[in-house]
Amino acid sequence: MQAASLTATELVCRKGDRWLFEGLNVNLTAGEALRLIGPNGVGKTSLIRILARLLLPTQGRVAAEGSIAMLDERPALDTHLPLGKALAFWAAIDGQAAATDQLGLTRLLEVPVRYLSTGQKKRAALARLLGQNAAIWLLDEPLNGLDTAGAALTQTLIAQHRAAGGIAVIASHQPIDLPAAAVLDLTP
Amino acid sequence: MTRALWAILRRDLAGLLLGQRRGGGALLPILFFLSVAMLFPFAVGPDEKLLARAGGGVIWVAALLAAILPLDRLVEPDIEAGFFDQWALRGIAEEWVIAIRMIAHWLSFGPALMLASVLAAGLLGLDGAMLGRVELSLLAGTPGLAALGVTVAAVTAGLRGGAALAGLLVIPLAVPVLVFGAGSLIPGGEAGLALTLAASLILCALAPFAGGAAVRAGR
Repeated sequence: MQAASLTATELVCRKGDRWLFEGLNVNLTAGEALRLIGPNGVGKTSLIRILARLLLPTQGRVAAEGSIAMLDERPALDTHLPLGKALAFWAAIDGQAAATDQLGLTRLLEVPVRYLSTGQKKRAALARLLGQNAAIWLLDEPLNGLDTAGAALTQTLIAQHRAAGGIAVIASHQPIDLPAAAVLDLTP
Repeated sequence: MTRALWAILRRDLAGLLLGQRRGGGALLPILFFLSVAMLFPFAVGPDEKLLARAGGGVIWVAALLAAILPLDRLVEPDIEAGFFDQWALRGIAEEWVIAIRMIAHWLSFGPALMLASVLAAGLLGLDGAMLGRVELSLLAGTPGLAALGVTVAAVTAGLRGGAALAGLLVIPLAVPVLVFGAGSLIPGGEAGLALTLAASLILCALAPFAGGAAVRAGR
């Protein structure tokens, strides 16, 4: 895996006339993880989208070394297609097959995505995330909808990713086991 | 990068041309186009001269309406499902995606429309020479309509009542293409063809940038 780092300095985010956060700093290097906590609507998703450079912060800078992958509540899979074909689209772009075996999706490959449950869609999105082989993972509520085994698997995957020199930023309300992870409380 | 763009083009063609995404595909706009062309003789009566004179213009109006039909599923579903975000994370510029979508959108209605025009010409009693001029003007003008459609679909994505608004926005913006395109059909109006093509090319050149900027601004 390529060398990874993720730095954000003096981030300010304003949504409409609401100031979500000010003077926020993030500094992560290979193998590190950051957990975002705080009540609903405090700006966790906005921060993740700023770190993904999908949103511009009102002020401040984001610098990232290494490719970035994001997992949120939208799996970005064509709902009318069978799961196998929907994932094959991303495999064609990423140049690597999605890790369907690892996530227990082998039996679902023929099932159209719209018939999958929330947890199964989350597993599919995780398979897409693994296929991207990115150095920096930005995970917004990765455990939502997952069963106990799925949640355990996700934590294992995050641990493996960090052990391989990856970075993970996780916003989660569920208890999640992240050894030696920094915690950032966004509560104002 | 090229590999990714091919994959996106294949997906767009499967979605728009074959109608895998939310039904219809190329068939629905074409049936709509033919039914408008069929309604006209019913409405104005079977006066051959009148039909032959107005027929070319009717085909153009029907083509414009048919191009508007799929606007609401051109861009918005992909933004909602998170596709544009995932493409951006992989360094695929919105401009590329919009340019590809424009090509796929044109392929999904342009050629089929030109084929259906042969039928419509029969319904409206146009002669062979006129049909030739109609086909040429459609070939020059429909890429512009596709570009306009994709741009407006990107601008109105995520707005409440976006689908109706997109139709309303496209109609006035399409007037130049319509005026030149239908104008090229009257005898001595051949210069109109060049102007149709020019308007079309300008729209095609602007659409990826305008559409890409609209997708980014909507985040």
